[in-house]
Amino acid sequence: MATKNSVMVFVQQDDGIIAEVSIELISKARDLASRVNAPVSAVLMGNELRKAAESLIPYGVDLLYTAEHKGLAHYTPVPYTKVLVEIIKKHSPQIVLYGATTTGRDIAPRIASALRVGLTADCTDLQIGDYKSKGAQFQNVLYQIRPAFGGNIIATIVSPEKKPQMATVREGVMKMSSPDPSFKGQIIAEDVKLGPDDFPSEILERVKEEKSVNLKGAQVIVAGGVGVGSKENFDLILQLAHTLGGEVGASRAAVDAGYVSKDHQVGQTGTTVRPKLYIACGISGSVQHRAGMDESARIIAINTDPEAPIFQIANYGIVGDLKEVIPRFIKAFKAKV
Amino acid sequence: MGLNLIVLIKQVPDTQNITGNAMKEDGTVNRGALPAIFNPEDLHALEAALTIRDSTPGSKVHVLTMGPPSAVQVLKDSLYRGADFVALISDRRFAAADTLATSYALKCAVEKIGSYDIVLCGRQAIDGDTAQVGPQTAEKLGINQITCVSRIEDIDVDKRTITAVRSIEGGYEKIRAKLPILLTLTDEHYLPRPPSAIKLMTYKSASTEMSNTDFDESYLTSGADLKAENTISLWDINAIGADPESCGLAGSPTKVKTIDLVVLKSEDLRMIENTDESIGDMVHELIADHTLG
Ligand SMILES: Cc1cc2nc3c(=O)[nH]c(=O)nc-3n(C[C@H](O)[C@H](O)[C@H](O)COP(=O)(O)OP(=O)(O)OC[C@H]3O[C@@H](n4cnc5c(N)ncnc54)[C@H](O)[C@@H]3O)c2cc1C
Repeated sequence: MATKNSVMVFVQQDDGIIAEVSIELISKARDLASRVNAPVSAVLMGNELRKAAESLIPYGVDLLYTAEHKGLAHYTPVPYTKVLVEIIKKHSPQIVLYGATTTGRDIAPRIASALRVGLTADCTDLQIGDYKSKGAQFQNVLYQIRPAFGGNIIATIVSPEKKPQMATVREGVMKMSSPDPSFKGQIIAEDVKLGPDDFPSEILERVKEEKSVNLKGAQVIVAGGVGVGSKENFDLILQLAHTLGGEVGASRAAVDAGYVSKDHQVGQTGTTVRPKLYIACGISGSVQHRAGMDESARIIAINTDPEAPIFQIANYGIVGDLKEVIPRFIKAFKAKV
Repeated sequence: MGLNLIVLIKQVPDTQNITGNAMKEDGTVNRGALPAIFNPEDLHALEAALTIRDSTPGSKVHVLTMGPPSAVQVLKDSLYRGADFVALISDRRFAAADTLATSYALKCAVEKIGSYDIVLCGRQAIDGDTAQVGPQTAEKLGINQITCVSRIEDIDVDKRTITAVRSIEGGYEKIRAKLPILLTLTDEHYLPRPPSAIKLMTYKSASTEMSNTDFDESYLTSGADLKAENTISLWDINAIGADPESCGLAGSPTKVKTIDLVVLKSEDLRMIENTDESIGDMVHELIADHTLG
């Protein structure tokens, strides 16, 4: 099999555990690769990677490049960038995808700068298509699709002239396909040449707790926006979530206003969710917010403004003050169960 | 020996203030109606730099921004809060720069200042949330980085090391690294100090002045205040020695192919009255079809 022009995924591992977003991206890479008739490749860096590497192949990785070194056990920017740049130069992928995690957002721009290629952050969709510009014609370029600042608009970004084309994607945006145990892929160990000067950062301490907010797995999400009005009022959102056994979500504006912590943010630059029920309270329904929740099975919108865009994607709309509606909702639910 | 600190800042439209009159009929934003503000996390980066300077005698804080002439406002704001030197990087040829072309111009400007120990910027700008310019500038300068820094714990000037805490998903990392380094700051720890009234009076009417001369580092060591003449340096493409082919649109590998207006069409929206009875019926329905309960 040809090894050039692959669709590559930078796989993130923490303590040997593969980040979910990396597997989601491998699933997406399979889809893109089939359109451009290319193999899927992945890069896994760390220390003692055999188990993790073998677990990745069934998701559809044709070529898995591993880089093993004691100093790569945990991510730090300088050695990771050096190794990944070499791997990309050696294998010339046409596309490289990264999870938009703290690590992905740390390394991807360094790689883009080192290779002088484009990078689009927080894509909500990726497609393959053609591109024409000033007489030049490009086939099978990566459409990097994301909401753009400026209202109800979505931009399609391309970077056709430079390879690889690169994008970051948030966890939960792409769907993970199920593994196929019979899938045959190759694990290829790369030579790692790193010296003492390549490690200018030292991790003195690392504390990682289980996520306290599990938006992605929640069946019911009650989300509050600026319309909640204050941190005190946000208690209403917590109460409704608690009553329904759901999780608490928020718009970016509610997070910025300090009503609730950033882990609760739903949307393009927060978490993408697909619960059975999403209840949007005092959220206008900006394109960035919708990008993270419009695939919810059912949506209830509670808003004082009957023209709010959120109603356009809702199944149930209640025009009213959430300070009245939520207590009614709680009362009704308690009466029925 | 003090530290040379360079802060990179951006003026951004206030995305939190997209109120009724900033919206056009078709649901797009009338940018002109949005107030332009100091990117919030950049303000924290400035505060971090000022805090370092205050505790490390002989240090200086330089602030750079790339933008249109109107971006001089965030530089003045930096002076009011205590910056020692500010410069506006502005040239038509920088227009339509993506993050790669932006970081190239910033790198050239940082190198014009010459020696530096720590470059600081906000983690991300609120009009794009990309968080790319910091790491790209670090790579172009050929230096290490620590992103998402909530707090700087220690700087050892003699050993030339920094210890900082960075936020990661569900926790934090404490990193010790060698100088020089680029840091991107979150808004978790460094509460920006207010502008000083005296400085405001001094710099309010500062004018911008084209300066193509070499950066004069003498004020760094003389201990003298920056400006007798009360001007803000304006650096164009030549002043920072940038290659026009790597700037602006020409230097940007990413192109916007299309911008699509999202048309929303409610398919099965049912309006529920804001009464106990209607809400009760809705809840009943959701329990019956196992969405709830
Ligand atoms: C690069 C970028 C990335 C972004 N990423 C995200 C993201 O991931 N997630 C996200 O959510 N946003 C994101 N945003 C921000 C987004 O553009 C909007 O600004 C934000 O979603 C608005 O939040 P909101 O709906 O809470 O506030 P607003 O738009 O101000 O809406 C408040 C709503 O509350 C209603 N209301 C007021 N009072 C009441 C009341 N008493 N009862 C009921 N309703 C009431 C109002 O009618 C209004 O519709 C991003 C923006 C940018 C530029």
